[in-house]
Amino acid sequence: MTLSTAPAAAQDLSTDQLLEAYRRMAKIRKFEQRLHLENQTGDIPGFIHLYAGEEATAVGVCMNLKDTDYIGSTHRGHGHCIAKGCDIKGMMYEIFGKQDGLCHGKGGSMHIADLSVGMLGANGIVGGAPPLATGAALTAKYLGNHGVSVAFSGDGGSNQGTVFEAMNMAVVLNLPVVFVFENNGFGEASGADYSVGSKDVAGRAAGFGLPAVKVDGTDFFAVYEAAKDAVALGRSGGGPSVIEAKNYRWFGHFEGDANLYRTKEQIEEIKRDHDPLKIFRSKVEGLIDMAELDKIEQEAEQEVDESVAEARAAAEPTPDQLTVDVYKNY
Amino acid sequence: MTATSTVKGTTMTQTGEQKTKRMSFRQAINAAMAEAMREDEKVVLIGEDLRGGNGGTNPDPTVEAFGGVFGVTGGLWTEFGGDRVIDTPISESAILGAAAGAAVTGLRPVAELMFMDFFGVCYDEIYNQAAKFRYMFGGKATTPLTVRGIIGAGVGAAAQHSTSPYHLFTSTPGVKVVVPSNPADAKGLLLASIRDDDPVIFCEHKALYDVKGDVPVGSYVIPLGKANFTRRGTDVTIIAIGNPVNAANKVADKLKGEGISVEVLDPRTTSPLDEEAVLQSVADTGRVVIADESAARCGFGHDLAALIAQKGFHDLKAPIHLVTPPHSPVPFSHALEQLWIPGAERIEEAVRTVLKED
Ligand SMILES: Cc1ncc(C[n+]2csc(CCOP(=O)(O)OP(=O)(O)O)c2C)c(N)n1
Repeated sequence: MTLSTAPAAAQDLSTDQLLEAYRRMAKIRKFEQRLHLENQTGDIPGFIHLYAGEEATAVGVCMNLKDTDYIGSTHRGHGHCIAKGCDIKGMMYEIFGKQDGLCHGKGGSMHIADLSVGMLGANGIVGGAPPLATGAALTAKYLGNHGVSVAFSGDGGSNQGTVFEAMNMAVVLNLPVVFVFENNGFGEASGADYSVGSKDVAGRAAGFGLPAVKVDGTDFFAVYEAAKDAVALGRSGGGPSVIEAKNYRWFGHFEGDANLYRTKEQIEEIKRDHDPLKIFRSKVEGLIDMAELDKIEQEAEQEVDESVAEARAAAEPTPDQLTVDVYKNY
Repeated sequence: MTATSTVKGTTMTQTGEQKTKRMSFRQAINAAMAEAMREDEKVVLIGEDLRGGNGGTNPDPTVEAFGGVFGVTGGLWTEFGGDRVIDTPISESAILGAAAGAAVTGLRPVAELMFMDFFGVCYDEIYNQAAKFRYMFGGKATTPLTVRGIIGAGVGAAAQHSTSPYHLFTSTPGVKVVVPSNPADAKGLLLASIRDDDPVIFCEHKALYDVKGDVPVGSYVIPLGKANFTRRGTDVTIIAIGNPVNAANKVADKLKGEGISVEVLDPRTTSPLDEEAVLQSVADTGRVVIADESAARCGFGHDLAALIAQKGFHDLKAPIHLVTPPHSPVPFSHALEQLWIPGAERIEEAVRTVLKED
């Protein structure tokens, strides 16, 4: 089995699908750009890691999934959440630590989860998702429901032992899991070319016996096509696979990172030449009216605006919530 | 020598005349590593982004892009170079395992785990390996390994970046465990840890990094297993370790104004534990509050309480009071996190209660 390396043609997707893909990418972009500003007010506790610049990867993958399929995410999870259908307001409330957040303010940015849409959680532990997604695939296989799961990891996370173990076990048990490695070139302040010994994340898959493909992670259509094949493989009992998506992170590793490992010019160049939304627009020219895409962006911005205003005004968890949900009963 | 570190019944190696410099907890830890590296070329640092800036598109090959996530290792790569300040891939099992393997074969590594919560990924390298070498190998192995990591709640870092699992380390025979509460202790205890011939886990509370204090310059060692009385008093003893020591000091200072004499005892290391100092203070005051951020069940506080119940029972005038977090993960919400932390308010309440009981 080989996975597609050629991008899908925009014509192969329905207008609705194209608009939906752009909507999800625009929501992610607006959400993250706004958080970049909100974080500077000091009202958001803890650490946030922004996904801007990587939108096409999350959306290209998740447009192939149903609510009953699961994804496991990373510390940089907002994009995966939105792509998988998490509610923007519920996310924003959570990031502000409010009672009506998706996790009732208990989790925060690094732990947003909504199992009802197949989002198994952002994850504060690098390398956390691959074994968990392998477990979700085990459930799907056992139940015979043709579900698949996806584990997102970064280039940095690809070096974690848990990832190697999960890939090998998924092959041994022939599980419907797709390991997606988002190679944005850095893990914190270390280059992928430093920390990945072979300098080839996808290349490792062969040693474990998984088919693998490398795609341009800033091109929605490239990711979409590769993920379509990988998901179909899993659904049909063909087992696990690997996708390495090359993309770029626009902001620092976390909000507050001074970006000393790259120059301002390099970041400007990334934003200019590797903008997944711009690339999408260039590929749907003639098929979609650009005014529609503008409108989608405005709507996304408005939704984010409202979510911030509401989240700021929302109620904090009450003291009695402190020990609620440690167990179902105790 | 700092004004607060009066020592009773224990020995410290520093002299009263030692020159001090005002610096943060972060700088004190950095200074200890620099000192250790200057005096012993076998000391190497290993961990993630201790320097930062390797590979990628880094335009300046001399830049330290991180110096550790909280800047604690800043400047060390510049002074000692990449052979001794080793940035690794994100591979905690390999980091701790390699550090253990290097330690038992001749180096004196200081491994950084970044957030101590990540011990969950890799503790086997300590639990089944480094901690057991000396004993399992019949005394033939020496494993001079120090593991540094960040503990503690209070900055909204949420469930997987806020815990203080030193109680779990304390229950591992073969490892020593250090939990400093102020800059001077951090320096003296880290130097002792690095020079120690057994594995030591050194826990740095993240809320302390910017806290400043007077720190002795040069080689300054506080022996492991020697407690410190940060306040002297006669009515009640608060035993605290790590950040709660500072909350306890605050409570002691406040209650002094009301004529209540509070003693604060900081064991500084949970293993070895200065049992003598604990029991002495219990004998002196007869009333004990233990403030501990580790756990609501089977925590370090419970270990202390068991010690006092076994060996200091007849000195007690009232039941022992424990101030710990609830039995829950650390919540993200600021409001809940503040309730979770065993802070000054709850410590004060416990002190007032224990004073009324008999
Ligand atoms: C087990 C573990 N080790 C280290 C960290 C600290 N950490 C958080 S994100 C990160 C870098 C991850 O890099 P990568 O996987 O490439 O993802 P990216 O940040 O680029 O999205 C590190 C080292 C962690 N959270 N968990």
